[in-house]
Amino acid sequence: MSSALFFRRQPVLPGFTLSFGLSVLFVSAVILVPLTALPLYLSGLGWAEYWQLITDPRVLASYQVTLKAAALAAVANALIGLLLAWVLVRYRFPGRRLMDALVDLPFALPTAVAGITLTTLFASNGWLGQWFHRFDIQITYAVPGLVLAMAFTSLPFVVRALQPVLEDLSVDYEDAARTLGANRAKSFLYVVLPHLRPALITGTALAFIRSLGEFGAVIFIAGNIPFETEVTSLMIFVRLQEYDYEAAAAVASVVLATSLLLLIAVQRLQHHYLKRLQGN
Amino acid sequence: MAQPPRNPLAWLLIALAMTLVVLLLVLPLVLIFSKAFGAGLDVLLANLVDSDMQSAIRLTLWVAAITVPVNLVFGVALAWCVTRYDFRGRSLLLTVIDLPFAMSPVVAGLCYLVTYGITSPLGQWLSAHDIQVMFSPIGITLVTIFVTCPYVARILIPLMESQGSDEEQAALTLGAGGWQAFWHVTLPNIKWALLYGVVITNARAVGEFGAVSVVSGAVRGQTLTLPLHVELLHMDYNTVGAFTAAGLLACMALLTLVIKTLMEWHQQRSQRLAAASSDGDTA
Repeated sequence: MSSALFFRRQPVLPGFTLSFGLSVLFVSAVILVPLTALPLYLSGLGWAEYWQLITDPRVLASYQVTLKAAALAAVANALIGLLLAWVLVRYRFPGRRLMDALVDLPFALPTAVAGITLTTLFASNGWLGQWFHRFDIQITYAVPGLVLAMAFTSLPFVVRALQPVLEDLSVDYEDAARTLGANRAKSFLYVVLPHLRPALITGTALAFIRSLGEFGAVIFIAGNIPFETEVTSLMIFVRLQEYDYEAAAAVASVVLATSLLLLIAVQRLQHHYLKRLQGN
Repeated sequence: MAQPPRNPLAWLLIALAMTLVVLLLVLPLVLIFSKAFGAGLDVLLANLVDSDMQSAIRLTLWVAAITVPVNLVFGVALAWCVTRYDFRGRSLLLTVIDLPFAMSPVVAGLCYLVTYGITSPLGQWLSAHDIQVMFSPIGITLVTIFVTCPYVARILIPLMESQGSDEEQAALTLGAGGWQAFWHVTLPNIKWALLYGVVITNARAVGEFGAVSVVSGAVRGQTLTLPLHVELLHMDYNTVGAFTAAGLLACMALLTLVIKTLMEWHQQRSQRLAAASSDGDTA
């Protein structure tokens, strides 16, 4: 291969061979080989058998539970994330820095720790759960607990996606809208929100993807009742414990394909918005 | 542009945000430590010196001690490669490196299981040579490397992209070699981001649960990492023990947040200094 074809711009700095070689070697050994092992492993199965494994009623129910809970968690995160990012960027108040630092806690805290802590906190005799219990609202071992665990572990995505965009958005635009007669709600809806939309969508989509795959926090709090609160990640784990590797791999391939498609969609979206931004 | 809140709505929003942060983030932290210390210091210490706990701590530290340097070297190489050169396949490389972020950890564990497990040719060859990868610390380390490999690169790439390579090129023009330019020009410019990359990789490596539980085999005292030990103690209804292990992990998470905050302060200060000096130049 001629180097002019390979390079879009001729390299100026030395070290291409070393850094490129190391990267490709690593990416192949650590990421690509294990990922291709999964379809290879499944290639022994016939289509009918594969279809049967991935459409087992209990597995189908787990897709539904996972999608529903992850969607609810993503919506909750979009709202909470919007609030937190807005408050952190727009106002100075005591405790702001601490709040800013704490937002990253769900990323830094191991998911198993989040799992047992949220379970203890929201159990019917827990510090927070007892208040819900009085109104007969069950959080742990039910769908609300599932959503809570997913929302907790993906909380930082929306906040961190919105913060830089909000910082760039000058208050002048809103002031202009206000002088032109828009009220506060209108200036937010028609001036601020459209500007935030790309970041909000990206952040929410990332939170959704993360929630779909969440395992550690979820299994402690969800109760894992088949057909009700059993997520797909757990379904794979259950099949493995039954030594039914083929069923586990088949379900895993569905999850893998879904997350790959979503990831590519998000990257396309980011690329699209970036282009439009540069075009302006 | 941030300002003290001026109107009641602002105060209401701040109060709402504060309430959410206290209920969802502060209270869980308080709960972890209050449960760990709940039965007194003696019980806490007894749980800490328990042999299973000790071996879980040791294994977790070992896994992190291998994972972090491996991902550090790879992350720097990859960030250098995609920010300093423009070549065909660059965006593909960037997509591939994001895969571990998007994947369910259980699926990641399963991929490693079918790669190195007894069902695959590779696994059969390994077991014929008496090397056990799955259900051993080696497998745990491998999946941990997989799960945490994007962090260093992902933190470095935006920074190195925005810095550009002018300074390195200047160093080369002045007669420096490639490595000299890297050590004396690039490294000082990225050291804070690098530190944060290391810290977050470490936090994720120490705390990984889903992928590790697939390949661990859960042998008490041998292949249980701290997060898996948390689960085991929780299942055994040993609440104090579970929260003692959780407390250790929470301390590490808090340390991660402190280092991140310090790094951001440092970045803001150097930005302000740069802005101030360029103002001085124009005046």
